[in-house]
Amino acid sequence: MGQKVLLKGNEAMAEAAVQAGCRFFAGYPITPQNEVPEYLSWRLPQAGGVFVQAESEVAAINMVFGAAAGGARCMTSSSSPGISLKQEGISYIAAAELPCVIANMQRGGPGLGNIRASQGDYFQAVKGGGHGDYRLIVLGPAYVQELYDLTMHAFDWADLYRNPVMILGDGILGQIAEPLDIRPYRPIAELPAKDFALTGCAGRASRVVKTLILQPADGLVHHNEYLQQKYRRIEEELSLYEEYETEDAEILIAAYGMSGRIAKGAVRRARQKGIKAGLIRPITLWPFPKEPFRRAAERVSRILVVEMSSGQFVEDVQLASECRVPVEFFGKGGGWYPLDTEILEIVESMQANPSVWATRKD
Amino acid sequence: MATFTRPRTLKETITHYCPGCGHGIVHRLLAEVIDELGIREKTIGTAPVGCAVMMYDYIDCDMIECAHGRAPAAATGLKRVHPDKIVFTYQGDGDLAAIGTAETIHTANRGENITVIFINNVIYGMTGGQMAPTTMLGQRTTTTPEGRGMHGEGGPIHVCELLRSLEGVCYLERTAVSSPSDVLATRRAIRKAFECQIAGKGFSLVEVLSMCPTDWKLSPDKAVKFVNHEMKTVFPVGVYKDK
Amino acid sequence: MMNNSINITIAGSGGQGVVVVGNLIARACLMEGKNVSGWVAYGAEMRGGTANATVVVSEEEIACPFVETPDLAIMLNQPSLERFGSSVVAGGVILLNTSMIQRLLERDDVEQLHVAATELAHRLGNLKVANIVALGAFIDHTRLVAKDSICRAIEDLFSAKNPQMVDLNLKALEVGADHYTLAKVQT
Repeated sequence: MGQKVLLKGNEAMAEAAVQAGCRFFAGYPITPQNEVPEYLSWRLPQAGGVFVQAESEVAAINMVFGAAAGGARCMTSSSSPGISLKQEGISYIAAAELPCVIANMQRGGPGLGNIRASQGDYFQAVKGGGHGDYRLIVLGPAYVQELYDLTMHAFDWADLYRNPVMILGDGILGQIAEPLDIRPYRPIAELPAKDFALTGCAGRASRVVKTLILQPADGLVHHNEYLQQKYRRIEEELSLYEEYETEDAEILIAAYGMSGRIAKGAVRRARQKGIKAGLIRPITLWPFPKEPFRRAAERVSRILVVEMSSGQFVEDVQLASECRVPVEFFGKGGGWYPLDTEILEIVESMQANPSVWATRKD
Repeated sequence: MATFTRPRTLKETITHYCPGCGHGIVHRLLAEVIDELGIREKTIGTAPVGCAVMMYDYIDCDMIECAHGRAPAAATGLKRVHPDKIVFTYQGDGDLAAIGTAETIHTANRGENITVIFINNVIYGMTGGQMAPTTMLGQRTTTTPEGRGMHGEGGPIHVCELLRSLEGVCYLERTAVSSPSDVLATRRAIRKAFECQIAGKGFSLVEVLSMCPTDWKLSPDKAVKFVNHEMKTVFPVGVYKDK
Repeated sequence: MMNNSINITIAGSGGQGVVVVGNLIARACLMEGKNVSGWVAYGAEMRGGTANATVVVSEEEIACPFVETPDLAIMLNQPSLERFGSSVVAGGVILLNTSMIQRLLERDDVEQLHVAATELAHRLGNLKVANIVALGAFIDHTRLVAKDSICRAIEDLFSAKNPQMVDLNLKALEVGADHYTLAKVQT
């Protein structure tokens, strides 16, 4: 382990991108992710890469579309309203199977919302967002170091699966400064050659990157089937999560990203008070790590979902636990944060009054 | 003795364009210029949304099909990661001057070293003849049944005139493909635009006044007259910038 | 204090060097191998009004990286005290820059450190180091980190961009440590 430095999450993510060989970034200013373009505006040229401040979020994602088609490791970042604007481009990138990384440091919504941190874009990230049947690989880091590490992996997964990868962070994660070990980049796997890249057709047949499939009549159906097969393969191969104190847990907390790390603090305190609480913190949000929830549902008596939204991630927890145990919910939208003390209070009341919480579902 | 043959960059196939459409002519000119300059193997083109969306079926170089209006942004990404390659966009009036106006203006303003072939046929062709940003005042379309009016629809956008003031733009010319001499002028302009890019001068654009007999509901010969007599009056051909 | 972490809020007006103080504390913690998470209020929140930064220090992994109820606080001006004074936990410590705060905190359940940071900085010849004067007093009393770590953090932070400020800041740290008064918790 090298000497640690103090970096904001946004800066750590930007540095990780450079370390991982990202050489093109296009973005548009929006709080709370401005440190990403600001950092890359000097850091990328230093590394021989290109930074472009785009005229819009729409242009930024389409610049990434072009750079990815050119075979470069590339990235854009934004926050919620800006990510909404990028959805058209994301759909095209997914359809064309171009590798790239998109970061969403979420803020409060809907609409212009506010600039406090939020997890209100979960559905948009993991269920679709743009038009058509496609999936993004979605990562939910909770710590600055984890954000750094996952950003490097994100580029690898994007290349490995020829699929856009979204880093679903939030305003707090982007803004907090934490000690960071600037680990050198090491590819997680042998990566496929970019035989789709548009580089000029010297010595080979010309290539086309396109998403319009009119012929044959069922060509688009076949392309969709092919994409779905790829998504199923990703589901089989990719599942990351943190399990904490789950072995003998009676009350399981499910939370991801920022609310996940806060919930971990609550579990620690609950254990100190003798309450058998545990945590599953999904790190890949798509594919959703179903297996640990399926296993946990056989052992725990109740699940508490903590989420910085009005209830989105909770649906995936219910699906993954196959509704075998009551799932309680603690969350609000609009830039609200849970405190570990608040979560602990709920866990304590669940422990003390199981029936009260169980009936709240009805 | 010179023989008239198919350019290497033009694929040997029949296009889907309507009789009398200008796209086929411009495709051929583009292919001829790419051949002449010997840049086919280092050229990357972008196809627009519109009638030319499948131009990669006709032009034999690396190509990317872009979202509506976003070609200049995608071309920016491509050119920035491959500064040694030749990048062009091929866009219609709706693509370039309506839904993609921001991309057009800012790509030009950044002086992106790319070449834009802009087909202005004053109508939305692919979707069936709706009003385009370049539709002329009084011109009837399926969404301006009484003719385009200054109040409500506004006047036609003059792209060359609009872009002329931007520092990043090095070459702007408006031409047509409605007569043999116009075709030759278009060929020269496209060549000049690519030469600007090869010389690293910045953003170059050729606006080509082109025919759409189908959606104008005119015969091909009358469509040619429409360009020569109506469109050229509103959109004067000529060099708008050459620096 | 609910857990093993220590929550700190630093607040003042823009230009008083609130962020620098947070940064120095965080860097010193990093040097001492402590877990630390720093945060600066951003965006519209920091336009006008007060600037504030928070630091969470812990021996264990940090769960909540933001601070609602600080254990320790550094208040550099009156509006900051109005905003955050009541949120400091009972038994906590709050430092007041008495040069800029006339209405003191009416609480007897927290320790109050009083230091005329701005006046002391003026005497040092540079108002900009008032924040470091306050930090000197704060560290001397709380022993949150070793003074030496803060000194190294100052060298770290200023030597690249503002090397001439290193010595002045180190001096300001000393002055602060020597010139504060303590209003004890009344029980």
